[in-house]
Amino acid sequence: MKDTTKLANMRDAVMLAINELGDQDERVVMLDADLASCLGSTSFQEKHPDRFFNCGIAEANMIGVAAGLSSMGLKPFTHTFGIFASRRVFDQLFLSVGYAHQVVHMIGTDPGVTAQYNGGTHMPFEDIALLRQVPGVTIIEPSDAQSMYELVKQAYALDKSSYTRAPRKGIAHRYPAGTKIELGKGIELATGSDVAIIATGSVMVGEGEKAVEILKEKGINATLVDLHTIRPLDTELLEKVAKRCGSVLVCENGRYAGGVGEMIATHLIQTVPVKMDFLNVGERFGEVGNLAYLQKAFGFTAENIVAKAEKLAK
Amino acid sequence: MEINELKRKALQIREMTIREIGHFGSGHIGGSMSIVEMLTYLYYQEMRIDPKDPKKEGRDRFVCSKGHAGPAVYATLASKGYFPVEWLKTLNAGGTNLPSHCDMTKTPGVDFTGGSLGQGFSAAIGIALGQKVKKEDSRTFVVIGDGESQEGQIWEGAETAAQWKLGNLIAFTDLNKLQLDGPTADIVSMENIDTRWLGFGWHVQRINGHDLAAIARAVEAAKEVTDRPSMIIMDTQKAHGFIPGENTTKNHSMAFDETVAEEAIKELLEREGE
Repeated sequence: MKDTTKLANMRDAVMLAINELGDQDERVVMLDADLASCLGSTSFQEKHPDRFFNCGIAEANMIGVAAGLSSMGLKPFTHTFGIFASRRVFDQLFLSVGYAHQVVHMIGTDPGVTAQYNGGTHMPFEDIALLRQVPGVTIIEPSDAQSMYELVKQAYALDKSSYTRAPRKGIAHRYPAGTKIELGKGIELATGSDVAIIATGSVMVGEGEKAVEILKEKGINATLVDLHTIRPLDTELLEKVAKRCGSVLVCENGRYAGGVGEMIATHLIQTVPVKMDFLNVGERFGEVGNLAYLQKAFGFTAENIVAKAEKLAK
Repeated sequence: MEINELKRKALQIREMTIREIGHFGSGHIGGSMSIVEMLTYLYYQEMRIDPKDPKKEGRDRFVCSKGHAGPAVYATLASKGYFPVEWLKTLNAGGTNLPSHCDMTKTPGVDFTGGSLGQGFSAAIGIALGQKVKKEDSRTFVVIGDGESQEGQIWEGAETAAQWKLGNLIAFTDLNKLQLDGPTADIVSMENIDTRWLGFGWHVQRINGHDLAAIARAVEAAKEVTDRPSMIIMDTQKAHGFIPGENTTKNHSMAFDETVAEEAIKELLEREGE
């Protein structure tokens, strides 16, 4: 178990895990699509030049090549920005990976508003919905360095295809090394009984933590779940917190259609129907700006979470 | 195997393919029949494979990226003993192991899934790359269609295979000059296809795709080239050998019953002097 507290960026946690896997298992190969320096997969290239392939700006071919490598018994990781890793290559990842039963570990960077200055053209809000259409793919969105490192490795160990939603820049250190982090098991960061806030990813979990404190001052005890694994969904935990709180707010850095909120609502309506609300981008397209601006523009703020949670808690 | 013996095998595979599609009542006869000589040569002469152990480590691999030619691939695999010839009667039937488009999860001997055009080609490049990573001395063979070559993914693959100097990759283009809606030249032309591949840095040959001796010579020449991937462009006739489909542009998929199939086989055998 490695300590990730000295890492400066989320991408470093991703590459720490992949490089470790590459050192341990010579079947691990890494493909990038001219964004190697953006993720730092150049570190894999330096360690294992014979197992790293830069596919150039041709993402569809990269996913097909990865599927072919998988059929040879190799263990490919691929990286490109989340928009290209999902929208651009959807048919390839559906057929050559999913339908053909191949195992490819796909890293999609800059989820949602974390794409910041690359703007609306580069802002993946739909990647979760698209990946959910491909049966069997594990989907994770860890909220901090340690969970990123742990979960990338755990997703690899499942030997099923996986998609990791990973911010490149910025970092959160939420979980110290040694924290029990288990793929498919959400983490309860606060245990209240007035309202349950389910958050995915660094932006929403971070804002959720702030919101819990503000709500506490207002006399509202909220539950906060870091739902780092989107598939498989931790239905047991979701049912438990829904029963306890009687209302659920789902916060995701993405689109409602096909996203985490819809996924949870579909489950709870059949098991523990409760009042629900959702924080996401709804029908809007992305736009350019820094993270603070974008969070405000889309309402991805602690204040907005508090406002929604207060209504649900009443 | 002597060329004449290979010719007889190719004729048998043609018969099996016609019967297979006739039994179901319709299918992609055109693009199946145009690659029969290539399949015969690869499976009976060239590839290091073991039908009793379809997933044998270190084997040569073949990807039918023009996945709709499944019926010809299945006839070839059945003829080689990968599965009973009887299976050919199950083409497209519910629960079959022989779906219209090649599916590696269903059919013993199919090395990769094809069906969404362009995708098998990238997978073949990944397989050839994997053979190099694993330091195998094996080769990857892949066939694409001329219509399929309209897909952008083909050219994404072309540039990377050249960049990675995949000398163990030998590709074929089935230049049958017809696609579903009609002549390729009238839709999106594949004119100058030789120079396109040359421009991408491939070793390029152009042959008569129905001439087994020419296929043999081209494959041998391609094997000598180790610093580049090879493209063997085969001039072929769509539906070649299914005589009712030979002189029409509407032969991508045809409906015909077993009676028509048997008449067509008889006509073919007469023409071939058998």
